[in-house]
Amino acid sequence: MTINKTIMPLNVKNLSYQIGNKKLIQDIEFSLVSGKKTVLLGPNGAGKSLTLRLCNGLLQPTSGSINWGMPQIKNLNRIRHHQLMVFQRPVLLRRSVKSNIEHALKLRRVPLGERKSRAMLALKKSGLEPLENFPARSLSGGEQQRLALARAWAIMPQVLFLDEPTNNLDPAAVRSVEDLISSFHNSGTKIIMTTHDLAQAKRIADEVLFIHNGKLLEQSKAESFFLRPKSPEGLAFISGELLC
Amino acid sequence: MTSFAEGLSHAIELIISFDNDLIGIIAMSLKVSISAVLISCIIGFPIGASLALCKFRGRNLVLVILNSFMGLPPVVVGLIVFLLLSRSGPFGVLGLLFTPTAMIIAQTILITPIIAALTRQTIEDLWDEYSEYLKSLDSKKIDTMQTLLWDARFSLVIIVLAGFGRAIAEVGAVMIVGGNIDNITRVMTTAIALETSKGNLSIALGLGITLLFIAFAVNGVSQFISSVLSKRAML
Amino acid sequence: MLKYVYIILYLFVFTFININQTSADNRPLVLATTTSVDSSGLLKHLLSKVKEQTDIKINVVVRGTGAVLNLGIRGDVDIVLTHDRNSEDSFVKNNHGSLIKDVMSSHYMIVGPDNDPAKIAGLLNVSTAFNLIANTNTLFLSRGDNSGTHKTEILFWNKSGVNPKLWSGKWYRETGSGMGATLNMASVLGGYLITESGSWFSFGNRGKLTILMDQIAPNPYRIILVNPEKHPHVLVNDALSFINWLTGPIGQNIIDNYEVNGNKPYSSASKIKTIFR
Repeated sequence: MTINKTIMPLNVKNLSYQIGNKKLIQDIEFSLVSGKKTVLLGPNGAGKSLTLRLCNGLLQPTSGSINWGMPQIKNLNRIRHHQLMVFQRPVLLRRSVKSNIEHALKLRRVPLGERKSRAMLALKKSGLEPLENFPARSLSGGEQQRLALARAWAIMPQVLFLDEPTNNLDPAAVRSVEDLISSFHNSGTKIIMTTHDLAQAKRIADEVLFIHNGKLLEQSKAESFFLRPKSPEGLAFISGELLC
Repeated sequence: MTSFAEGLSHAIELIISFDNDLIGIIAMSLKVSISAVLISCIIGFPIGASLALCKFRGRNLVLVILNSFMGLPPVVVGLIVFLLLSRSGPFGVLGLLFTPTAMIIAQTILITPIIAALTRQTIEDLWDEYSEYLKSLDSKKIDTMQTLLWDARFSLVIIVLAGFGRAIAEVGAVMIVGGNIDNITRVMTTAIALETSKGNLSIALGLGITLLFIAFAVNGVSQFISSVLSKRAML
Repeated sequence: MLKYVYIILYLFVFTFININQTSADNRPLVLATTTSVDSSGLLKHLLSKVKEQTDIKINVVVRGTGAVLNLGIRGDVDIVLTHDRNSEDSFVKNNHGSLIKDVMSSHYMIVGPDNDPAKIAGLLNVSTAFNLIANTNTLFLSRGDNSGTHKTEILFWNKSGVNPKLWSGKWYRETGSGMGATLNMASVLGGYLITESGSWFSFGNRGKLTILMDQIAPNPYRIILVNPEKHPHVLVNDALSFINWLTGPIGQNIIDNYEVNGNKPYSSASKIKTIFR
């Protein structure tokens, strides 16, 4: 399906999420626009992944609102249709590499003929063409993540969420994943990514949202954040001192 | 005196001689049980998958009932189906009593809960693994069901075999609704029961061993097909 | 992919199931009869002769007497063939059957272990024998299932003045099972029981069982047409053809001459001996 109307910008207001009595996310507020690669940065357990999932609608907030589009788009189905998340550990179906991509296209209601050609393009783009008939689960960690991105490439969502996509990958795999992320960005997809890897954030981010203990402590341009963070925790983090 | 050796030699004799009666009985057993299993899958897979994916009030009660029905006694099912299909019963006009169709109906009732309950568990486990990805793809319930059922296919094969095993081995239901009529509704299990009651124990044992061979054969063939298919998925 | 799987499944189901088997127009006759007729092999013999000599198609359902008559009452069969005079009389009296005819008779006997612990071999009077069995607490197996055999057995106990039920579970064991199963038990446990000639001569697991008192009572069989007024779907013409064939000279001759393991267990209707010992 071709991209018609954009679902950006994203406006998050007073977002909170708690389980039982524990407040995992507290009053987070931010706006995101297209054209910039946004990285949610912070130590482990800060609430970055939760925030991502709340934005993608995988979880329901305890309070607050997540608004897409200007004017606000009411049809949630339409919103979801233009988003996709890539997870830390890729979820692959028990089928071949190519089937995985075609399945995603089928769920996005792409007609049968178009599916095959788009899957082919995605395989080429991700360098997985030689593996197209292999069972997806027999691929290495890096290859699996490239497959997850290939699926996304075939679909070409307006917004691509990535949750610590290169954890546990070797440097070569990290590199190829990051290259793909750049390609997405260059094709107009909004990148919203979480990581706790400072170096990776420096490589990728145009914009940084610094999250710590469930709170958004800072939202700034990447260069500003890495040069002079506004919060003491931010400073501690880039100095490698903030653990949790 | 009957010994297992006698039974075994009887079995081999029967099989080698391709005794016509025996072939007819084996064919009827397979026809009835395979049909029942196929219908049970058509009904049971979607029910199992739906129960796995849908939350609703009273779901736990439904699951308890479904799981309990896995243990339905065949004679009880046979009796109930008999009363339903009897000329004096509500569906008597169909004239289905003492036909293979009645036997298929009874066995389907017997196996569907097994297929549904085990499918439910399998799909639920798979859903745990796939749910975030599928939700992110905005998958509709029907798409999710199809996706999970296909991905669970290797487990589902085992479930189907379990259902088939239950069907081909039962005698209570088919005896009552089928009537064990020679050449029409006689199957392996009812033939064994008959020979036993006649005191022809070594023939009965021979038939029993033959039935085991058939069960092995069916499982073996399924295993083979399954591994061929999974190898093709490899390359 | 999944679509093809579904299509194949539907095709399978359609080819396997033939709902047309018993469409009213051309269905076979259905006869219900008792296990004794079947286990002696007479049933199979008769059916093959019917197939040779006529174009009547019959399916036979084999059950215990009670179940057979019940099928007749429910209208699930067209004809019943049983060997329990009292039940048959009530059946007809209550209008479940519209035509009843004598067919044949086998005879009852007492079999037991060849070492005959109660020493009843050769006795002429069953009451004497039963008293001996009771007094020596010798194992006796009863059908215990209200079958014709069972009811005959009860008659003999009544005549002998012994109430074996007082010792049920001790030397008197009620199996609640068919003839074959009860014979199996007697064979294994070494007990006495009443059986009938059709079942006995064809029984394959005698072990040490042997006939101790022969021909203690006749076991007459009658055939009844299920009442078409109560059950209009009964195939009256086919049923009458069969009944006439069976009770006519051809059928009766076949019955008289039927042999199993060197013995002829049945007499045709006209030759029934009515000795009760």
